[in-house]
Amino acid sequence: MGDLHTYTLAGLQGMLADGRCSSVDIVNDVLASIDRTDGRVQAYVDIDRETALAEAAASDKMRAEGDSRMLLGIPLGVKDILNVEGQPCSCGSKLLKPYRSVYDATSVAKLKAEGAIMLGRLNMDEFGMGSTTENSSDQVTRNPWDVGKVPGGSSGGSAAAVAADSAIAALGSDTGGSIRQPASFCGCVGFKPSYGRVSRFGLTAYASSLDQVGTLTKDVRDAAILLEILAGNDHRDSTALETPVEDYSAVLEQDLNGVRIGLAKDFFVEGIHADVSEAVNKAVEHYQSLGAEIVDVSIPHLKYAIATYYVIATAEASTNLARYDGIRYGDRKDGDNPIAISCATRAAGFGTEVKRRIILGTYVLSSGYYDAYYLRAQKVRSLLRRDFEQAFASCDAMLTPVAPTPAYPIGSVLSDPLEMYLGDICTVPANLAGLCGLSQPCGFSAEGLPIGMQLLGPAGGEASLLRIGYQYEQSTEWHLRKPELEVSA
Amino acid sequence: MISEEELEATIGLETHVQLNTRSKIWCACSTTFGAPPNTNVCPVCMGYPGALPVLNENAVRLTVIAGLALGCEINLRSKHDRKSYFYPDMPKNYQITQYDQPLCLGGQVVYSLDGVERVVRLNRIHLEEDVGKNTHFENSSGVDYNRAGTPLMEIVTEADLHSAEEAFAYLQALKEILSYAGVSHCNLEEGNMRCDVNISVAPKGSDKLGVKTELKNMNTFRGVRDAATYEIKRQKREVSVGGTIQQTTIRWDDTTGKTSAMRSKEYAHDYRYFPDPDLMPIVLTDEEVDALRSALPEMPAQRRERYVQELGLPAYDADVLVADREISDFFEQTATLCGNAKSASNFLMGDMMRMLNDQERSINSVAISPESLAELIKLFDAKKVNNQGAKEVFEVLFEKGGDALEIAKELGKIQTSDTGSIEPFVAQVIEEHPGPVSDYQGGKDAALQFLVGQVMRLSRGKANPQVVGDLFKDKLGT
Repeated sequence: MGDLHTYTLAGLQGMLADGRCSSVDIVNDVLASIDRTDGRVQAYVDIDRETALAEAAASDKMRAEGDSRMLLGIPLGVKDILNVEGQPCSCGSKLLKPYRSVYDATSVAKLKAEGAIMLGRLNMDEFGMGSTTENSSDQVTRNPWDVGKVPGGSSGGSAAAVAADSAIAALGSDTGGSIRQPASFCGCVGFKPSYGRVSRFGLTAYASSLDQVGTLTKDVRDAAILLEILAGNDHRDSTALETPVEDYSAVLEQDLNGVRIGLAKDFFVEGIHADVSEAVNKAVEHYQSLGAEIVDVSIPHLKYAIATYYVIATAEASTNLARYDGIRYGDRKDGDNPIAISCATRAAGFGTEVKRRIILGTYVLSSGYYDAYYLRAQKVRSLLRRDFEQAFASCDAMLTPVAPTPAYPIGSVLSDPLEMYLGDICTVPANLAGLCGLSQPCGFSAEGLPIGMQLLGPAGGEASLLRIGYQYEQSTEWHLRKPELEVSA
Repeated sequence: MISEEELEATIGLETHVQLNTRSKIWCACSTTFGAPPNTNVCPVCMGYPGALPVLNENAVRLTVIAGLALGCEINLRSKHDRKSYFYPDMPKNYQITQYDQPLCLGGQVVYSLDGVERVVRLNRIHLEEDVGKNTHFENSSGVDYNRAGTPLMEIVTEADLHSAEEAFAYLQALKEILSYAGVSHCNLEEGNMRCDVNISVAPKGSDKLGVKTELKNMNTFRGVRDAATYEIKRQKREVSVGGTIQQTTIRWDDTTGKTSAMRSKEYAHDYRYFPDPDLMPIVLTDEEVDALRSALPEMPAQRRERYVQELGLPAYDADVLVADREISDFFEQTATLCGNAKSASNFLMGDMMRMLNDQERSINSVAISPESLAELIKLFDAKKVNNQGAKEVFEVLFEKGGDALEIAKELGKIQTSDTGSIEPFVAQVIEEHPGPVSDYQGGKDAALQFLVGQVMRLSRGKANPQVVGDLFKDKLGT
């Protein structure tokens, strides 16, 4: 075969069903692609070749016996933050290097139940903290479009692998844009479902009230296929939504007549790259040509979103990461007493960005500061949520940029975390308000880097949002462009 | 300067009570006591990456029942918060507890001390998780996480107690109520109830409390009483000589009988409470609370009242029996079966409690059943066994169980009231003891006792003394 790694999930489902390829063929092609490209992209931190090939062979046998599960024999990549029993789950952290998962995350278990093969672990910013995938103790992942640029983050490994065709699709997680921003930087489709739509059980927590499991795929249809499997209530996650799961792929083909797309000038922030605003504005025009109505909406509290996010996320993170003390698992460092062991373990195991956020979160929760920071941030969060409720009263989806700029050079924001934080302005509101958000290609910069646009939908509005994204995608060709990694090799 | 006599102590108690749920508060692991270390654990209660808590609804139900039994107001909307501090026995390095919206507010415990009823007001009851247990070996330490995640309710009093004896009596009354409510096994040996005790002293009549010390993790009521007695005396002495009390955490050493300060640094915490984002608020309805209220079992005070009013027991009997729910339940079954409450009470308070205390056993661990005891009481009431006989039969039942009548027969303790078999003995005694006979006929009643005693001897205790006496009266024409 040779080119099966370039197919979409839907494409491979057809190939397998028609008997035009085997699972072993697919896994071999993906492994070969990894061998050719990952030396430069550095997306994978762990690959279990033998198990993947064995499972592929077993899948082929089952298919011959009539098994027709949705993902039977299709290999997927997993962000190194989701637990897959028996595999590492180091979350980009030195501290968790020796840890092996003792259970499957619910999202992983659901994919496995449909026959998917968990091929390998994808790099990330440590515990999801970062927007560049440079904050990883493993390696710096590169942007497949320009290996001198960052792939975005924190799910940078997942986005880069999908963009480089070294993964058919991948799981990611999104706390403030960690799926959507790397999708934009790498030119693939990133989907963050509404808060609670996919169970968080087994997703290593960064900020519990913001975290959500989502996907990085080659097109919108693949996002819909995976969401149908991943979504649903979970008795092991109290915050999972109980609302029934919809048939997301069934409505994709509906046209956009009567659909209202909201445009809020608040998202076109000062300092936004001209290529980005131009690409997004062209997307607006394209939607008009598809029959959608463009309406003006406004999110007045957007300017507080970054500050609010970094108070809430770090507060939650400071307690979520307290469990990494080296006592029960992880890379324990010696000490004279339990507290000394914890201190030594954490000092040696956590990276700079993680320490910065733990300290910030500890501070905002401290006695005497709680009201001024955490409580106030929660109030702003409510106002922001109300802004979106009002906006969605007059539109079906909002169209915004994903990030103010295309991918930037490796190393350029490391010394200035604040600048990196400001790049999250368009993505954090969806997490604060519990919305669903879709990031998909809508153009390229003069430099030849992908540019993404973001569609935001109300909580529970996945079906409509995916359809709006799909209609744009199928009438444009941005998503079909591929980086020239292999040619330049 | 102020004398020790002019100072008054104030005590507030925080009592941690393990709820008797079968599974832990956030996961399905068993709460069974005494399992090998780290066998009742899972990713959730071990704090593994990605694991999430899901609230055990039965723990909420039991806490509400406890609140209702203690007269608390039930919060229809409460929530859980994270309390952060590092300790190896705490898997997540934060404890999930309830900070500003506990399940139960207010309430009170009525207890009696020296025959006087007193009241302790409660501040709140909240629901939280227990931590693991550290064990220190010669060159290392181990942590057993079996206990981590056991549901725990914390019952906080107002500062209404003023002596070690009051604290002790309050704890006993609290334990009674909780065990009647059926929310906890209340087994102190298994650590089901553990207290923190806040103690301060101030001049009598002062509306300001003195600086308090906090006695941590006491697991016996006697320990609380002894430690509080010591600590109150220590504080009074200190203040009376012009010294000051440092606000510290102290520990009680049972062997030296002294309190000592723990390093204050160890407990200088900022717990950084905030609502746990992994859990939804607990929302209850009036209907749910009312249903639990109407299903509430009889409380000890009501039961005491009933024993006196309906069963006609003396108040003293009611107090003693009700103090232990298992003994009280045993008594009720026995009384119903034998139809004589006072007799049942006498057996329980007498032979039963004596033997239980001697052998340090609980009533559920002995072989005697309410059925067999009721049978024995019937034999006794019908005078088919006498006092001594009943005692001997009881001892056999206590150890081995069985049928009271069979055992009485085997031991030869059945008395006879059949005049036909007694009359020959009476005739023989009249013939052999003319002296006492004429004494009796001459009006000396004490002589009858002697004559009856002689028949008892001849019958080897089997004759019913009442019947023997009547026969003498007949024969000797008085």
